[in-house]
Amino acid sequence: MKKKRWIGYTLIYCLVILGCGFAITGCSPKDAESTSSKAAAQVIIKNKGSDTMVNLAQAWAERYIDISSTASVEVSGGGSGTGIAALINGTVDIANCSRQIKPKELEQATQNTGKVPQEFIVGYDALAVYVHHDTPLDKITITELAEIYGEDGKITKWSDLGIAHENCPSDKIIRISRQSNSGTYFYFREALLGKTRDFELGSLDLHGSKDVVEVIGRTPCAIGYSGMGYATSHVKMLKVAKGPDEPYYAPNLENVLAKTYPIARPLYMYSLGEPIGEAKAYLDWIMSPEGQKIVEELGFVPLENN
Amino acid sequence: MNILRKKNAANLPFSETVIELFIRLCGISSILFVFGIFFFVFREGAGFLFNGLDLGQFLTSPEWYPTSLSNKRYGTFALILGTFSVTALAMCIAVPFGLGAAIFVSEFCSPKLRETFKVVIELLAAIPSVVWGFIGLTLMNQLIIAVFNAPIGLTMLNGSIMLALMSVPIIVSIAEDALKAVPDSYREAAEALGATRWQVIYRVLLPAAKNGLLAAVLLGAARSIGETMAVLMATGHSVNIPSSPLSWIRTLTATIAAELGEVARGDEHYQVLFIIGILLFTITFVVNLIADLVIKGIRQE
Repeated sequence: MKKKRWIGYTLIYCLVILGCGFAITGCSPKDAESTSSKAAAQVIIKNKGSDTMVNLAQAWAERYIDISSTASVEVSGGGSGTGIAALINGTVDIANCSRQIKPKELEQATQNTGKVPQEFIVGYDALAVYVHHDTPLDKITITELAEIYGEDGKITKWSDLGIAHENCPSDKIIRISRQSNSGTYFYFREALLGKTRDFELGSLDLHGSKDVVEVIGRTPCAIGYSGMGYATSHVKMLKVAKGPDEPYYAPNLENVLAKTYPIARPLYMYSLGEPIGEAKAYLDWIMSPEGQKIVEELGFVPLENN
Repeated sequence: MNILRKKNAANLPFSETVIELFIRLCGISSILFVFGIFFFVFREGAGFLFNGLDLGQFLTSPEWYPTSLSNKRYGTFALILGTFSVTALAMCIAVPFGLGAAIFVSEFCSPKLRETFKVVIELLAAIPSVVWGFIGLTLMNQLIIAVFNAPIGLTMLNGSIMLALMSVPIIVSIAEDALKAVPDSYREAAEALGATRWQVIYRVLLPAAKNGLLAAVLLGAARSIGETMAVLMATGHSVNIPSSPLSWIRTLTATIAAELGEVARGDEHYQVLFIIGILLFTITFVVNLIADLVIKGIRQE
């Protein structure tokens, strides 16, 4: 009896291994059939990319279920670079990106898939500068931010900004940043320091737009940046001015649309080649007043012509 | 030897031969996997490793600027220090607790209590690392701020406590097995000579189970070095040379996890991340080698 059981286990194990082998190489004919029949019934639009945009993309996808009976959207995050990488590999239909595609990535995608990625601006995002809500500070200039974040910057303490921060006994500014290849990091670095200077090391490089706000809400000494849609009651958004003698602007809808708020950026979606069929319908809907309303609902800034 | 085995195989029923062959394949496959992984990691990183990377800077400079537009610098010194310091502190916490718990479970516990303990400890091992990271990010963060009056709780100490909690179950279960393996006649002999319970443990059991206990500690340490998600979330993830348990740090593994997802394939930065992988390989290899030598040394004594 025992011997037979052993043989049974061995057989099952071999079958599993063989099955996995087929699944990986994709040469199982049954498998291919089932996916194609599914595709005929309903098209799945694969959408991946920017962490900043993941909530927005999710909201679009959820609302789109009611709009379209022939297509559904599958959203995942991971970061702008992840989305572009997936686009290069041809595994997504639409990539979300909070920065513009790099020339090298464009070239790789064209080479790899034979199609040229097309760019769509789907909304705007203002990068808000956040502090803990107890911080006695309301406004800041880009020049000051550059000295806080930049390499060999001169501002390391709250008193250097001319304020007495009672809830931060060490007086040290804790810089919250993002991991060094997120779209948000790239944009903020360029807005502050241009292309020649780097950030000072020693900042806390968190892994998502939401984490940044979360940690600042718990840390009185901290300063950080994230999309303005992520504000909570524990944090405060600072008014920002370009330089010492310039006017300060709060990160809100009017100021971003009027292009007076200095750190706002477009949000992009990329498709492989001219979008066709369901993907085109989806992108058109996103650009429509209805799709743009969701942009505003989530704390981002909609396109101007709406 | 070989001939003997073949003779035996001929006499065995067919099913036995198949099973023996299958098990042999399993053994060989593990070797193949290790070499396969090493080959893959090495292939991805080799281009830049031998052609362009300043190895001195890579190992000794604390400046990690992989995405700089003007001046890319790949220095991992701060990351290496981060990995070692957080692991060392985690072991300082986990080894006394782990070995203490193992001694309690194997020597002092009633059989009923022992079963409960073992189930609970196994449960501790089953908690996914991202959950530990989440606890570090929220609960432990607040606790460290309150207790140490620190400005922020995402520190080396936070990461170490999380790692210690993760490696304690491994240390306990392996150390307990090692203590159990000491024959009862040793204990009886010691007690017959009038040794107290503490003397039995300290003078007889611990020396007798030395190899197993060392293996337990080293496996715990290996778990700590390789852990990624929990340290990514709990240590602050900041390129910083640690000066105290309350400074925030970044580890080698967390760097790979945070950056590999967003880097263009084949890029310099991509290759450097794989070189960090090779570095981690080397570190674990050296740790295992030292463990081997130490255990051999103990045996020869």
